[in-house]
Amino acid sequence: MATSVAAHAPSSAATLASRIWSWITTTDHKRIGILYGATAFVFFLVGGFEALLMRLQLASPGSSLVSAEAYNQLFTMHGTTMVFLALMPLSAAFFNYIVPLQLGARDVAFPRLNAFSYWLFVLGGLFMNASFVVGAAPNAGWFGYANLTSTQFSPGLHVDFWVIGLQVVGAASVVAAINFIVTIINLRAPGMRLMRMPVFTWMVLVTQFIIVTAFPVITIALVFLLFDRFFGTNFYSVAAGGDVLLWQHLFWLFGHPEVYILILPAMGIISEVIPTFSRKPLFGYAIVVYSGLLIGILGWGVWAHHMFQVGLGPVADSVFAATTMLIAIPTGVKIFNWIATVWGGKVRLATAMLFALGFVAQFILGGLSGVMHSSPPADLQQTDTYFVVAHFHYVLVGGAIMGIFAGIYYWWPKMTGRLLSETIGKWHFWLFVIGTNLTFFPMHFVGLLGMPRRIYTYDPALGLDAMNLVSTIGALVSGISVLVFVYNVWWSRKRGERAGGDPWGGATLEWSVSSPPPPYNFSVIPEVVSRLPRWSVKGMREIPEVPAEPIHVPGGSYWPVVAAVGVVVAATGAILHSLWVVLGGAAVLAVSIYAWAFEPFEV
Amino acid sequence: MVFGERFGGQEFLFTKDARIRRFPGGRRYVAAIAAAMLLVGACSGEFPQSSLHPTADFGEHIDRLYRTIVWWALGVFVVVESALFFVIVRFRERRGSPEPKHVHGSTLLEVGWTLAPAVVLIFIAVPTIRTIFRTDGAPPEGALQVEVIGHQWWWEFRYPTYGITTANEMHIPVGRPVTLVMTSADVIHSFWAPKLGGKRDVMPGRTTRITFTPDSAGVVFGQCAEFCGESHANMRLRVMVDDTAGFAAWAAQQQTIPPPADSLTGLVQAGLQAFRVVRDPANHSCIACHAVQGVSLGVLGPNLTHVGSRATLASGILPNTTEGLTRWLRDPPSEKPGSLMPKVDLTDDEIAALVAYLQSLQ
Ligand SMILES: [Cu+2]
Ligand SMILES: [Cu+2]
Repeated sequence: MATSVAAHAPSSAATLASRIWSWITTTDHKRIGILYGATAFVFFLVGGFEALLMRLQLASPGSSLVSAEAYNQLFTMHGTTMVFLALMPLSAAFFNYIVPLQLGARDVAFPRLNAFSYWLFVLGGLFMNASFVVGAAPNAGWFGYANLTSTQFSPGLHVDFWVIGLQVVGAASVVAAINFIVTIINLRAPGMRLMRMPVFTWMVLVTQFIIVTAFPVITIALVFLLFDRFFGTNFYSVAAGGDVLLWQHLFWLFGHPEVYILILPAMGIISEVIPTFSRKPLFGYAIVVYSGLLIGILGWGVWAHHMFQVGLGPVADSVFAATTMLIAIPTGVKIFNWIATVWGGKVRLATAMLFALGFVAQFILGGLSGVMHSSPPADLQQTDTYFVVAHFHYVLVGGAIMGIFAGIYYWWPKMTGRLLSETIGKWHFWLFVIGTNLTFFPMHFVGLLGMPRRIYTYDPALGLDAMNLVSTIGALVSGISVLVFVYNVWWSRKRGERAGGDPWGGATLEWSVSSPPPPYNFSVIPEVVSRLPRWSVKGMREIPEVPAEPIHVPGGSYWPVVAAVGVVVAATGAILHSLWVVLGGAAVLAVSIYAWAFEPFEV
Repeated sequence: MVFGERFGGQEFLFTKDARIRRFPGGRRYVAAIAAAMLLVGACSGEFPQSSLHPTADFGEHIDRLYRTIVWWALGVFVVVESALFFVIVRFRERRGSPEPKHVHGSTLLEVGWTLAPAVVLIFIAVPTIRTIFRTDGAPPEGALQVEVIGHQWWWEFRYPTYGITTANEMHIPVGRPVTLVMTSADVIHSFWAPKLGGKRDVMPGRTTRITFTPDSAGVVFGQCAEFCGESHANMRLRVMVDDTAGFAAWAAQQQTIPPPADSLTGLVQAGLQAFRVVRDPANHSCIACHAVQGVSLGVLGPNLTHVGSRATLASGILPNTTEGLTRWLRDPPSEKPGSLMPKVDLTDDEIAALVAYLQSLQ
């Protein structure tokens, strides 16, 4: 007995180490999905904390809680963090966890590449946030307009961190996107034609195509900037005949499609949640899919609506106004189809459903204010003011974040085997709705009444202090609601109701396996004969819990992590202006790619 | 309630409130709207930088268009939100709710709700394009031309026909078309005086224009709307819309030449000496950056030839009073973070003399 106790302590430490090691080297899409979700949520808290500091600073005019410089760093990092390190990877958590399950696949097409994407994202995010530690956080805005980002007007490391960090994170997204395109095209279960795919997977597919086409555009813009800053080229240098609008065209050519990268996955999520909790198939499946495609395509023809104030001339303004208004049509169609899905249903207002319906309710507002600044003359009063801040926060918080919370409440039981508490969930939902509306609704008026964005202080003579104070109170309420969610996660870890394979009566394949699913997902690859396999009249053959014979699952690999470390070492070398460190990082990358390529199948 | 009248806000907010109250979950809107109303009601004072209270044709064209769009948007909002809340309430699971029929879609409905937004958009697009061409046109005959040059973080205004150069406060006459011809000395800024009209970026290497005709006299607030670095928030401006006689008087005064240096006496003379002295380092000398006609030729900072006649200092962040000037001279970067004007070690006597001198530059 004594010996076994003595033996127990070191072995538990050993298990812990091996447990951590197994997470670091994992290539299981489900574990990578959880890693994405947890990491992105931490970045979401960081970005939210930055937002809270800004709101506290703006609670009254002339406040000196933070300095002008600190405020500029806060809004730059808030935007950059929320877009690239929180929202996109939160969606990626679902791409990873759910898409292979919805496809009836055993993993993604390239599991090690998938691990590489994750490690590149997390290390790139840490790299960018390390700028705070050395007191040089990016400070030129998430949109980094030239020529403010030139070494002349932005000396120091601030913009260097941004320009290099974004490239790293962007590479992670592109690599993941290629992986998911291949996965979705090639790994569908037999019988799952494209038009039998779940809408979420469809929206993921559209999103990945936008990522692989849009990110190269910002990469080019960033490479130009990098060369201007590091090697003295003149892409954006006015004195040498460069044009500051080159950056804006490139940035928004990426930037508008980026909006759809953020919102389409959330639209996909609620297109799963609303039918499940209405107990009715999605109304107009094909139309919803096609409008998602159309939004993705039209999204390429509207970028200059971010540039009406530069004076492109009446013809260009009219054309971009028209294309922008066109996008409202497929967006409206989606909203009508969601409402029609609920019509005639048997609606269960579980927390996931509340968040999905909250998405629809608030997205309508964000969409309508979007139509307002699709009109160039109106936009000339609204752009760069709090009106626009209100608009895109209704889209991205009222929309995308609500959609992601819907997805979390919906798929949490699949991921963990336990349900989140519905009671705490409802507190979370209502506090979040009240908090975000209190924050963002007054901003419409604050903007129309003359408050520009990106200002660390404002003139009390503008008469806007009371409304700003309300926004700050709303932000605090939103912050509390997120803490309630964290409490829900903590509470449900042990006390959450057991989920079973299918707690909601879902229609798609992920509900046909246990929660959490076994490493190989499906003991038998299902045969798909309908769009809603679990709801179809013929029913679906039960998938046995235990496979007839052992299923081979690829083991872990540490080369993806090492490769990602190589990239970030090279990035650090660039910051340090040390060619040797850059070359060292590149060598690590090269060696690990080589080793990875020749790694035996079984590890 | 200024805001309610102009925006038509109060009425619609009340109707929306009443409509939605019946639905559970409408509470969130009611709360948000009530808060906004309360606030707008509470600060019923002036909104000097409001886009909803235009005092020039450019702003009015936009305002009219915006109201049209708001009404359409409001109609759509009420219809769609009502539909949403209706289906939620009507089809909420009850005891004995039947299992829903599996309806997969309806071509007729899809066509209908594709066309409906398209029609609404036409009603928005037509006045939009009309307004674009109306407000983007060439400057009319006889327009007053003012050159605007953006600097980190202040505004330079030049009147080529009058030979006037001033900073941060633009004077224009009521009723006469004005064309702003704008460029930047450093990074991108954006000229925005919402009561006059929409904003337009002010860019290095490019020239942009806006044209408007102010229709009532008064002070209009504005500020830079494009993030331009550390003190972007402090890059404010005022447009003084004068009556015709007032503008003529202002222009005549700006064209006067300050009295010759040897005619100055006392504190003012001492201030001139403090202004002129070459300090170490050289950029701590006033004359290195500032021009005063007949005294210095600096171009990096605002022209101070008539600084005493301005209402504000440091691009609208301080009142142009003895106290404001003293604060500014004592430590510019603490008033305007990142300001090019450094903290100069001036004695209290020097500051008092400089204040007297600058105030004499009427
Ligand atoms: Cu856009
Ligand atoms: Cu600015």
